[in-house]
Amino acid sequence: MLLRHTPSEIKERNALTINPAKTCQPIGAMYAALGIHGCLPHSHGSQGCCAYHRSTLTRHFKEPVMAATSSFTEGASVFGGQANLLQAINNMFTVYTPEVIAVHTTCLSETIGDDINQIIRKAYEDGKVPEGKHVIHCNTPSYVGSHVTGYANMVAGMVKYFSESTGRYRDQINIIPGWIEPSDMREIKRIAKEMGVKIILFPDTSDVLDAPQKGKHMFYPEGGVTIPDLRSTGDSKLTIALGPFGTESAAALLDTKCKVKYELLDLPIGISATDRFISGLSRAACVEVPVSITAERGRAVDIITDMQQYFYNKKVALFGDPDQLMALTEFLVDLEMKPIHIISGTPGKQFVPRIRNILKDKVPNANVRNGANADLFLLHQLIKNEPVDLLVGNTYGKYIARDEDIPFVRMGFPILDRIGHSYFPTVGYSGAMRLLETILSALMDRQDRDAPEESFELVM
Amino acid sequence: MEHNIPKPPTAIKEEILSKYPPKVARKRNKSIVIRDPEDEQKIQANVRTIPGIITQRGCAYAGCKGVVLGPTRDIINITHGPIGCGFYSWLTRRNQTKPEGAEGENYMTYCFSTDMQDSNIVFGGEKKLREAIQEAYDLFKPKAISVFSTCPVGLIGDDVHAIAKEMKKKLGINVFAFSCEGYKGVSQSAGHHIANNGLFKHVVGLDDTVREGDFKINMLGEYNIGGDAFELERILELAGFTLISTFSGNSDMGRFANSHTADLNVIMCHRSINYMAEMMETKFGIPWLKVNFTGAKATAKSLRKMAQYFGDKKLINRVEKLIRNEMAAVNKVLSETRPRCEGKLAMLFVGGSRAHHYQELFNELGMKTVCAGYEFGHRDDYEGRDVLPDIKIDADSRNIEELFVEKDEKRYRPRKTSEEILELKKKGLEIGEYNGLMAEMSKQSLVVDDITHYETEKLIEFYKPHIFCAGIKEKYVVQKMGVPLKQLHSYDYGGPYAGFRGAINFYQEIDRMVNTRIWDLITPPWEKNGAEITAEFVSL
Repeated sequence: MLLRHTPSEIKERNALTINPAKTCQPIGAMYAALGIHGCLPHSHGSQGCCAYHRSTLTRHFKEPVMAATSSFTEGASVFGGQANLLQAINNMFTVYTPEVIAVHTTCLSETIGDDINQIIRKAYEDGKVPEGKHVIHCNTPSYVGSHVTGYANMVAGMVKYFSESTGRYRDQINIIPGWIEPSDMREIKRIAKEMGVKIILFPDTSDVLDAPQKGKHMFYPEGGVTIPDLRSTGDSKLTIALGPFGTESAAALLDTKCKVKYELLDLPIGISATDRFISGLSRAACVEVPVSITAERGRAVDIITDMQQYFYNKKVALFGDPDQLMALTEFLVDLEMKPIHIISGTPGKQFVPRIRNILKDKVPNANVRNGANADLFLLHQLIKNEPVDLLVGNTYGKYIARDEDIPFVRMGFPILDRIGHSYFPTVGYSGAMRLLETILSALMDRQDRDAPEESFELVM
Repeated sequence: MEHNIPKPPTAIKEEILSKYPPKVARKRNKSIVIRDPEDEQKIQANVRTIPGIITQRGCAYAGCKGVVLGPTRDIINITHGPIGCGFYSWLTRRNQTKPEGAEGENYMTYCFSTDMQDSNIVFGGEKKLREAIQEAYDLFKPKAISVFSTCPVGLIGDDVHAIAKEMKKKLGINVFAFSCEGYKGVSQSAGHHIANNGLFKHVVGLDDTVREGDFKINMLGEYNIGGDAFELERILELAGFTLISTFSGNSDMGRFANSHTADLNVIMCHRSINYMAEMMETKFGIPWLKVNFTGAKATAKSLRKMAQYFGDKKLINRVEKLIRNEMAAVNKVLSETRPRCEGKLAMLFVGGSRAHHYQELFNELGMKTVCAGYEFGHRDDYEGRDVLPDIKIDADSRNIEELFVEKDEKRYRPRKTSEEILELKKKGLEIGEYNGLMAEMSKQSLVVDDITHYETEKLIEFYKPHIFCAGIKEKYVVQKMGVPLKQLHSYDYGGPYAGFRGAINFYQEIDRMVNTRIWDLITPPWEKNGAEITAEFVSL
């Protein structure tokens, strides 16, 4: 057994996290920053942080992930990192000529108390920032929240630095996606185009972290939201924010700063959440839902009605990030599956009540935990006490899946051992179809594997 | 065979430096050396990375927890800090391990962290650490627990060592801590040193049991990536050596505790573990030999050196027989793969020893390493240990503890008299020596320490190598340029590459990578043959 020391008896822990279901803020900020065109993310701290984040993002996307670091030494840790950051800004603009440098902090620089606002001001004053180029930042102390918080903070940083209200009305809708894949961002843009709605999607990592092989490395790939587009978000009609944990702070800031109202929705994963997204977008832009979208929905629902027997009352354990889990739980309930264990390492008070509300009729006694000590060790123990038919989560779930012999669907971050997530969406109706296919394949492969020879089925 | 070596890299070096701000150019100049074997060349290494330059390097925590302690299965490694450091070092280094039976201890699949929150940063994290150690003990009853400090821990002043000591006393098991904050030193290398010190202080020598067997050795600096240690264990057993311990591939704490009973230390990765060898020599009288099990010929040579050290006729014969047997299989594969690889060019930018060792494998394939360097090597890894007295201790090295080690009064036992050592040295056995990477590199090849991303791209354009070896961060950048990249940290999830079978794996892997046709798919036919199509229509 790979996790041979995990006992089934659950004892509350106060201090020790074992097998986390989250990671730290800066990696989220780095991911979000890659969704700005021509942006070089910069990690203000020890160089190990930057190396770890780049490695993890690279393993997940199988793509180049460019980012720089302030390379703190003991000296910088004592005297502050201003000199390092100023030098870094100068070097980055000289050697790598980005449009924007997006600085995020680390637990080290936050503990020292480096004032990034002031350092960036100094960089401008000292002439280290070439004309027309930008340095933005957000604070991402690793000892608060999770990687999702870091993503949210960098997205809010984009609003803080770029969004402006010129008084000129623009017939466009801002869409702020929570932490989703480049494939999902591409899908949201496709849906909006299909509906004839002009949107500004930010951040947008499509065509950045799913860049085509051309025999040439584009240091700044073609994708990413542009600075003019980011500026214009302050003149948009409305913001649709998808996933409260990843987006609400940015949407609220845009409202405060530029008086652009926002509608907060779930990530459009599954039928019901996508219905709300499509309705919301249609309402906001005053457009009818086109027949093509309705047909997509019909195809997704068709799979569900055809294959319902394979979903019905199957017990599922889920772990990952709250925005995904809230939408996914609802989807699974729509499928009449039973999500019985749900774990997220990301703290946040609205998570448990929201999930409980979704589950109130189907699984009133589900185990739902997030925040401190809500980790994969606990999830594994819960599964040992009440086994499941399916496990959904990031790659780390494979150790539990193998030990307990549970069908496993990879979803979330990071996925280090399979491809697909960055190319095929899980949002929208077509994303729902992909999820249905992967879940069905996992369940039906298991049925095939375990069926006695006499009841092995040709047609299923 | 003439290699297709481009013109000397003088102009490209100038071009690269001219892009940098003057201060940066001056500094990088000293880390980029055009090789001239006739000259006693110096290279600047193990110095601070320039902020903003885009480096391959990681931090001291990664070197200590990830590299040296990570591969040991029966210890609970608790990361004291915010969640990230523990998370990123969780199972990502491919250290394979074989626990003893279904019940044997193995915590390597687990990640343990104190997940420090802002209140711990403000009020201190000692209480939480103490509680975490207790909880780990209550749950698992391990024989040892260690604590790894992350950046904020050093800043807020948590006394991890005092807590470890207190909990050791309370729990009656071995508990010890490492001050391996990420800002220590200038790279992972600092963490290796800190890890060596910790293991030496808290573990080595705890168990004096003398195990049975002849020709007892420890293998140092072998981390069992992709099963390397398994292959070496196989070879060493067949050759007749008794492996007391490995630091630290496929290792357990009991073996470390007993490692001072060996009669020879052999060093694979000089950079990460030479401290341990030196300290064991001083305290217990165990000499060390630099070996290289990367490459079949290098493996054979290393085994011969080890046999020569013990000087036993039977052992020497057994080693020769093993080499004969193994080389038959090796040569069979080499004769198939070498003709397809010969003359091709390689670039290697990895680690503190691999950029050197893997040149052996490429040599065996008839491939030429035109450009190489370490991510975190020191000058002695480049220029050889003769340079050690010359290396100035700077502020970043000074903050890494240098243990004061003395002869152990009871247990010091010189394995060889100084006369015997002299005699062996006269016969060409380089005991306690390492000549470094530069000695391997031919005239006008290029050596670059702590290569930057910019230099990587420029040098690939210049050399157009057939293969580039580095790590995951470089993997897809280089491949986007149409050049295959072999990861030499993770082996691209393949391996083993050490020893004889490892060499066979590597030949086949490199043959695949430099001869595959997949790269021809990159250009679509309408871009490749556009002109021809037009011409065909014209001729119609």
